[in-house]
Amino acid sequence: MAKEVRIALRNSGVINPESIDEYINADGYQALRKSLRSSQSGIYDEIIESGLRGRGGAGFPTGTKEKTTALICADCEKYVVCNADEGEPGTFKDRVIMETDPHSLIEGMIIAGYSINATRGFIYIRGEYALSIERVQHAINKAREYKFLGTNILGSGFDFDIEIRRGAGSYLCGEELTLLESLEGKRGYPRIKPPYPAEKGLWGKPTLINNVETLANFPPIILNGAVWYKSIGTDKSPGTKIFTLSGDLCNPGYYETPTSITLGELIYDFGGGIRNGKRFKAALLGGAAGTFASDKFLDVQMGYDKLKEQGLTLGSGAIVVIDETRDLIETLESILKFFKHESCGKCIPCRIGTTQIYHDICCFNEMSVIDRDKTYKNILNQAEVMAKTSLCPLGQSPILPLKSLWQNFSDDLVSTSK
Amino acid sequence: MGKWTCLMVNEILKKFPKSKDYLLEILHELQNNDPKQYISAENIRAIAQHLNICQSQVYGVVGYYSMLSAKPRGKNLIRVCNSPVCKMIGSEHTINHLTKKLKVQLGGTTTDGKFTVEECECLGNCSQAPSLMVNSKLYGNLTSESLDDLLKEF
Ligand SMILES: Cc1cc2nc3c(=O)[nH]c(=O)nc-3n(C[C@H](O)[C@H](O)[C@H](O)COP(=O)(O)O)c2cc1C
Ligand code: SF4
Ligand code: FES
Repeated sequence: MAKEVRIALRNSGVINPESIDEYINADGYQALRKSLRSSQSGIYDEIIESGLRGRGGAGFPTGTKEKTTALICADCEKYVVCNADEGEPGTFKDRVIMETDPHSLIEGMIIAGYSINATRGFIYIRGEYALSIERVQHAINKAREYKFLGTNILGSGFDFDIEIRRGAGSYLCGEELTLLESLEGKRGYPRIKPPYPAEKGLWGKPTLINNVETLANFPPIILNGAVWYKSIGTDKSPGTKIFTLSGDLCNPGYYETPTSITLGELIYDFGGGIRNGKRFKAALLGGAAGTFASDKFLDVQMGYDKLKEQGLTLGSGAIVVIDETRDLIETLESILKFFKHESCGKCIPCRIGTTQIYHDICCFNEMSVIDRDKTYKNILNQAEVMAKTSLCPLGQSPILPLKSLWQNFSDDLVSTSK
Repeated sequence: MGKWTCLMVNEILKKFPKSKDYLLEILHELQNNDPKQYISAENIRAIAQHLNICQSQVYGVVGYYSMLSAKPRGKNLIRVCNSPVCKMIGSEHTINHLTKKLKVQLGGTTTDGKFTVEECECLGNCSQAPSLMVNSKLYGNLTSESLDDLLKEF
């Protein structure tokens, strides 16, 4: 039976999230002390060495991004931004971190700030997460009181402070450059990449953007070392990942395990299997911008690399389990509705495309088998065009669920015996 | 401008530096304090003045973000998640039950002004689908009974 290994969630449920003293007693802020004694390059080198990859969805090597941002200029103003806009359907890991162990995020962020020589940090939390906002604000206040934030932190000469900014209900604002627009007080329209945030971020200044879970991993990695971290999980995506399980399971919830765990272990050992005695049909991995896996993937390990080899995605770590009685077209329909709703309308392929493919799928079940085949292939073509021509990753995403569903469940989609 | 706003709006605005990046924070704060949970035309004017930006910019931002509203709403705002997980587990039942019970259309406000029912995207409570929020409080595993009970709290 697979077991949890808690690194990002090491204190979750163990300490009182509103007590900084309990966090300190659990080795809290020790990694910060150690970092402040080390050189800035020492920190990003350690993170590079650890192999940590961004937990926000894209899986970009975290240390490399830090190093680029650190080296882009020596004395210019720089910022750290924490992406806490968690909006990918099926995902709720960042909420758990912020609600149960907010200091872990704050300590990680100060360390990141020190390693790139930033002066200010912003945590962009989605507006709906009222309790997260309250807990993180309380933790920031306490950290200031204990001189972990502010000027001359712990006598090191390093100045850094953090502010919370609330989002207001836009999924697209989780995309890093759009998030920066929103932080600047504007409508959430994406910026064109490049330049990347490391070159031109918030107010045009070099900016390091990381997800909550990514930053919460900093303190244990700094404290225990890259070698320790790398010994956990798969080769190419080491460490642990928080998986959020939902859908037709006996025990939906969040579980942190090494990335070497298999999909089947997550569903059966942690999720308790399919509820009401039903059989497994599909798992949607990574949320709406994710992929559908069938039972032939139950033995695949959950590292970014291992999933990618199978044409699947890890994304944010969301796993939505779907039982045999469900109609996958209905799930797909709600995913496409989600994209249609969240498209900002700035570019034509996505604005028109998301509406068009949603409409096409709505009448799918009323069609003859031949028409279904034709319609689905048309939709795939359209999503392919969107992937190539859309301005930002949102318009490039619908192809993921569409294509994986066709590859793994085409019999189901075009059969008459529904 | 109503009596509450005139005083409170100025109090609230005073808390924020005159920098545009506080716009969303200000909008949240004003909306949460308004008994009708919206941003009135008067408030938009006051914000624009405080931050020294055009009113159209403020309207643009209010119009973009789904949590913000330029139209008056009920005293209590019910946001029902209708994203894929909740939809699969039964958000349609939640919406039907609420709209029937409160005699209101989705997006509308009850005649007594007590509730507005809206749909929204994933609330990050998917393991307890179907979910909703009333104002800033989260509820999950909704059934007809639990919905009736939670309405009594307000
Ligand atoms: C439409 C869209 C929504 C996104 N939403 C989030 C989000 O809610 N949280 C997040 O951390 N990253 C999100 N991302 C990914 C970010 O753009 C970015 O890759 C991430 O914040 C980088 O942090 P990391 O390297 O620590 O993962 C989203 C991307 C897209 C395209
Ligand atoms: S791809 Fe979609 S969300 Fe992105 S800019 Fe274009 S319209 Fe907006
Ligand atoms: S899909 Fe409803 S809370 Fe996530």
